[in-house]
Amino acid sequence: MLRTIKYLKPYALTVVVAILLLFVQAIAELSLPNYMSDIVNVGIQQGGIENAVPQVIRSSQLEKMYIFMTPEEKNSIQSAYDLLTPSAANYAAITKKFPAATEGEVYVLKDLSSEEIDALNPITGKALLAVYTLEQASADPAKMAELGQMTGMELPQLPAGTDIFALLQQIPAEQLQQIVDAVSEQFASMDSSLITQSAAEAVRAENEALGADPQSIQTNYILRVGGMMLLVSVVIVVSVILNSLLSSRAGAGAARDMRRDVFSKVESFSKAEFETFSTASLITRCTNDITQVQMVIIMMLRLVFYAPIMGVGAIILAVQNSPSMTWIIGLGVAVLLSIILTIFSISLPRFKRIQALIDRINLVTRESLSGLMVIRAFNTQNFELERFDKANVDLTENNLFVNRVMVVMMPAMTLIMNGLSLLIIWVGSHQVAASAIQVGDMMAFLQYAMQVVFSFLMMSMMFIILPRATVSIRRIDDVLKVDPVIKDPETPKPFDQKSMGLVEFRNVSFRYPHAEEDVLCNISFTAKPGETTAIIGSTGSGKSTVVNLIPRFFDVTDGAVYIDGRDVREVTQVDLRKRIGYIPQRGVLFSGTIESNLRYADENATEEEINQAAETAQASSFIAKMEGGMDAPVSQGGTNVSGGQKQRLAIARALLKKPPIYIFDDALSALDFKTDAALRRALNKSTEKSTMIIVTQRVSTIKNAEQIVVLDEGEIVGKGTHDQLMESCETYREMVSSQLTGEELLR
Amino acid sequence: MSQNTAPIKRDQGVHRGPLGGGPGMMRGGEKARDFKGTMKKLLHYLSPYKVSFIIVFVFAIASTVFNIIGPKILGKATTKLFEGVVSQIAGTGNGIDFEYIGNILLLLVGLYIASSVFSFIQGWVMTGVSMKITYRLRKEISEKINRLPLRYFDSTSQGEVLSRVTNDVDTVSQTLNQSLTQIITSVITMVGVLVMMFSISWLMTLVVMIILPISAVFIGIIVKNSQKYYKQQQEYLGHVNGHVEEMFGGHIVVKAFNGEKRSIEKFDGLNNTLYSSAWRSQFISGLMMPIMNFVGNLGYVAVAVLGGVLAFRNLITVGDIQAFIQYVRNFTQPITQIANVSNVLQQTAAASERVFEFLAEAEEPPDTTNPVVLESARGHVEFRNVHFGYTPEKTIINDFSAEIQPGQKIAIVGPTGAGKTTMVKLLMRYYDIQSGAVLVDGHDIRDFTREGLRDKFGMVLQDSWLYNATIMENIRYGRLDATDEEVYQAARIANVDHFIRTMPDGYNMMLDEETSNISQGQKQLLTIARAVLSKPNILILDEATSSVDTRTEVLIQKAMDNLMQGRTSFIIAHRLSTIRNADRILVMNKGDIVEQGTHTELLEKNGFYAGIYNSQFEEADIY
Repeated sequence: MLRTIKYLKPYALTVVVAILLLFVQAIAELSLPNYMSDIVNVGIQQGGIENAVPQVIRSSQLEKMYIFMTPEEKNSIQSAYDLLTPSAANYAAITKKFPAATEGEVYVLKDLSSEEIDALNPITGKALLAVYTLEQASADPAKMAELGQMTGMELPQLPAGTDIFALLQQIPAEQLQQIVDAVSEQFASMDSSLITQSAAEAVRAENEALGADPQSIQTNYILRVGGMMLLVSVVIVVSVILNSLLSSRAGAGAARDMRRDVFSKVESFSKAEFETFSTASLITRCTNDITQVQMVIIMMLRLVFYAPIMGVGAIILAVQNSPSMTWIIGLGVAVLLSIILTIFSISLPRFKRIQALIDRINLVTRESLSGLMVIRAFNTQNFELERFDKANVDLTENNLFVNRVMVVMMPAMTLIMNGLSLLIIWVGSHQVAASAIQVGDMMAFLQYAMQVVFSFLMMSMMFIILPRATVSIRRIDDVLKVDPVIKDPETPKPFDQKSMGLVEFRNVSFRYPHAEEDVLCNISFTAKPGETTAIIGSTGSGKSTVVNLIPRFFDVTDGAVYIDGRDVREVTQVDLRKRIGYIPQRGVLFSGTIESNLRYADENATEEEINQAAETAQASSFIAKMEGGMDAPVSQGGTNVSGGQKQRLAIARALLKKPPIYIFDDALSALDFKTDAALRRALNKSTEKSTMIIVTQRVSTIKNAEQIVVLDEGEIVGKGTHDQLMESCETYREMVSSQLTGEELLR
Repeated sequence: MSQNTAPIKRDQGVHRGPLGGGPGMMRGGEKARDFKGTMKKLLHYLSPYKVSFIIVFVFAIASTVFNIIGPKILGKATTKLFEGVVSQIAGTGNGIDFEYIGNILLLLVGLYIASSVFSFIQGWVMTGVSMKITYRLRKEISEKINRLPLRYFDSTSQGEVLSRVTNDVDTVSQTLNQSLTQIITSVITMVGVLVMMFSISWLMTLVVMIILPISAVFIGIIVKNSQKYYKQQQEYLGHVNGHVEEMFGGHIVVKAFNGEKRSIEKFDGLNNTLYSSAWRSQFISGLMMPIMNFVGNLGYVAVAVLGGVLAFRNLITVGDIQAFIQYVRNFTQPITQIANVSNVLQQTAAASERVFEFLAEAEEPPDTTNPVVLESARGHVEFRNVHFGYTPEKTIINDFSAEIQPGQKIAIVGPTGAGKTTMVKLLMRYYDIQSGAVLVDGHDIRDFTREGLRDKFGMVLQDSWLYNATIMENIRYGRLDATDEEVYQAARIANVDHFIRTMPDGYNMMLDEETSNISQGQKQLLTIARAVLSKPNILILDEATSSVDTRTEVLIQKAMDNLMQGRTSFIIAHRLSTIRNADRILVMNKGDIVEQGTHTELLEKNGFYAGIYNSQFEEADIY
């Protein structure tokens, strides 16, 4: 895990900005519900009238309102309004919006801050509401009676059309105060939003009286808030897109760097490390596993980090909004988490197994396809079917379980969210009834609660993503943390430039890690320049292992290998391998052309040198027959070239390097006798001064070698020329007689 | 109040697959050749699960409908609450009508529980069905593999078959399990929401419908671009993977030629190209959601403006606008899903087409109903006027006849590509001959069951097939009921016992998934041990000696000689030493048998065999 974070370091700025954008996104998303509810509550319900403070008011109405105000309130209102005069700067604008404003004396609200307006709101709201109610009442006797009942006063039955306000102004101050107190008391139980809501109708009536078009006021309001909402939406879109951009770059970038490191690391591996991992597994680690990690990084930066930001933001807002209902969110989250945790603790082990089971079914299928003939030969079809069925049943059961757990989860989550909102409405409406909170608060709380729950849900997704990712990360980490066994020495020594190609084994033993027995035991021999040293032995005798120790594909367990008097572990690997031309058992070519493959040994080789090498390796004739000759394409893995041709190209490649030491690691056995012989003849000429080390099973190939080392089960059982060994070495004799008949030996 | 299931489902589908294209949407459109026919077949295949599907449909619809009507009912509760509050203020009514609200909430609790239970039942049944189908498809494919004639695999690569077992079956199962449900719910949601919207205001609904073409344009642009970049990414990923495979596969050569630096340089170039297409592809696939949300918000504002106007003219109530607006918010998401449906269906069709094609391939002709049963064969083999060709148009073996007495050793020789394994394939009845007959102990091999026939043979193939199990289990593969002691015995005969014991864990060593943790020669020895264990009456060695060195070969030969006392054997080899002792040599060239006889007879004949023998003899001794 830590190592992955390290890979994000170069993208620290990108990641930080991406996360900051998540904050922007969260803040915008959290403010979006406010705009949405404003559109519905204010824009549609209140006709676009935001508060109970009218922008323009007739002075006659203002006078009426003063009746219901304390002197202080009256003062604050007077200071908030200006008399509209034609010389005022905003005269044109006001009269355009309120055409009737020209007709009488009107007051216009000064340019006030929203806090100041909020302070005025209850004052004007109450007064407006009182005036409005009385006006309505005076027009309708039935309402007047209702009002009288409500205020507990005997209101005079007035004839229709009487100006009730003139009447009120005439009654004694004491009695008036009584009425005003009664009205105030009535309003005391109302919260400001309800006053606003109720007074909105009065403001609207006033606007209408001043000739304003209420519909355009409403439409303007909705458009204004809608515009804000769209603006916030744009902020969201832009921040999501930018986040997507940055997270993609960070994820893909970290993946690129990681891929590069894994690849370079593997390139530094010796054969030993390769064998512990297996080639296929290393390929997967360098490709699929890293793609997995890339996905996870991107997901993290887009969704997983977003959830807690959103969750915390929503919790803060919810608590600010209605602290008394916070427990509901707590309850919701607790229920949600306990369900999620239960579900995941049940299913996590199964989740982890999915990939392994899919791999298993692939493997069994692949095996039954590649083994068609064998399976039919041994009549093991039923055994194979059972093997497949077992893998199939395992996979199906596991998937069924995992999917069914998910099936439980989704409706459960939906139910929790729905149940939670019902609970909030139920509890909330009681709180509303008790005037502890307002309806709007409840609605907002509901939104926040949903966001909190939802962000917890998103966070729980980590349980799905992380296990799969950690497997990949661990597999990558396994590669990265390997300290290759074979390393260059800290202070490498140079080769002596004069002596060239002397290879010496001194008491060498070798054992594979964790093996029970030594593969090689106490091997000592010397291969001299200008001579051919053959290593012969049966399969498993360790003859390939011997030559693998020379270029340090493996390091000896005991003893030492010397080249030109230097322990191979004292020089750099590059220096060492410069001296060796190695031809592997399996001819390996890379995609490209014939020429690019040969040039792999020496990029600066002349055309003549290349042709020469191909000639010696007996490759010229078939190269000439290929379409394009030297430029003939070689496909990946060299599949368009036959095994024997590949081998000859591999030999030509090694020849082009012109090293002092040649190692043929069982490289000649893929050739037919004729080519083998011709090749050796040509080689003898061109490699006259070199040290030749040939591993083989064919006696005919090495009969004339200066030295033959006979290996049996990891030990040297004979050393000498063909003739000497025929005399002294039983194992060698056995080998020879199995290959050459007596008749042939005589010749 | 948008407490429906929408957000959960939306995020469920966003990131699937290793490279983050959901199924269908982001990948290139892969098309079935015969969409209709395949869909019919698929439906037919699904017909045993008819009842389950009906349950799934009914419950998915019920669950979605309940979820859709939820907001409308809840709207009643909030309206009542508002009214209550207002009346409380006005002092006129009786305050908040908790009984009414309580009843509505209880109704909703019931509704939501029912919806969840329905959705749960639907999912449970659907998962069960799709898993059953997946299991069945895989099983049928695996059985099919064993019934197909070898001929089929001449023209079909392993990879192709493999990808049907895994990728194609997975695609079918995934689209069934998730997309089918998603299709149902999103169509129902969209229709339901539309109906609800129309029931409130047709005019506002028409305005909302404007979203559709806008969405279509955005979806179109995004899908097109993301497919482009997705393909590009896959292509470059392929290049990187190719280089990785090549370099890791040829690791030793890279090392030997100090090529690490060059290899890393090339890798860096490919890796950087991959990076620039990878982030673009990832980036574009992340655009869909925010843009669609934005389009949804546009609709929201449009509806609000229009709603305000309508409300002002008393053409609509405020409560209705509220409900309508909630529906608008749920409208965009199913659009995206439905836009994806045709892609998903195409994918399903393409995948199931490949699976069904495979299952419909012609199988081996059935075994005879009245088979010959031999306890053990004496090993008399006769080829009588055999004609054979891998394709009917091209006969390669023309009128071949030979009679082999029990216990004889037959060598099959010829240059590479001469068709030496053909004889084995005919004997084991991997292929049926066109005319003539092959007889074992006087019975036509077609009168045996295949199992009864092959039981008499023991075979060691050129490519030594082993499987991912212990060495012990691999040897035991020759005879599944063999005891441990018999396995050791067979290993000793095959001269592989010592090697096995030097390996970590000895006989219990697991061969890895590529069986690459032992050498080719060692593998060959294990397959020999396996053949030894099967105690065959007739032995076939198909170039079995090519990767075993001659000394080991001698030991094996000795063991085989013992084993084959009185048993017939066919050996395919290049080596003269093996051939010389044969009772009869079949010389093959260009698929046909050109000569037969003993070593001396053939030399005297001075024909094709003498030609190869003499040339090899010269070359071998040229040193």
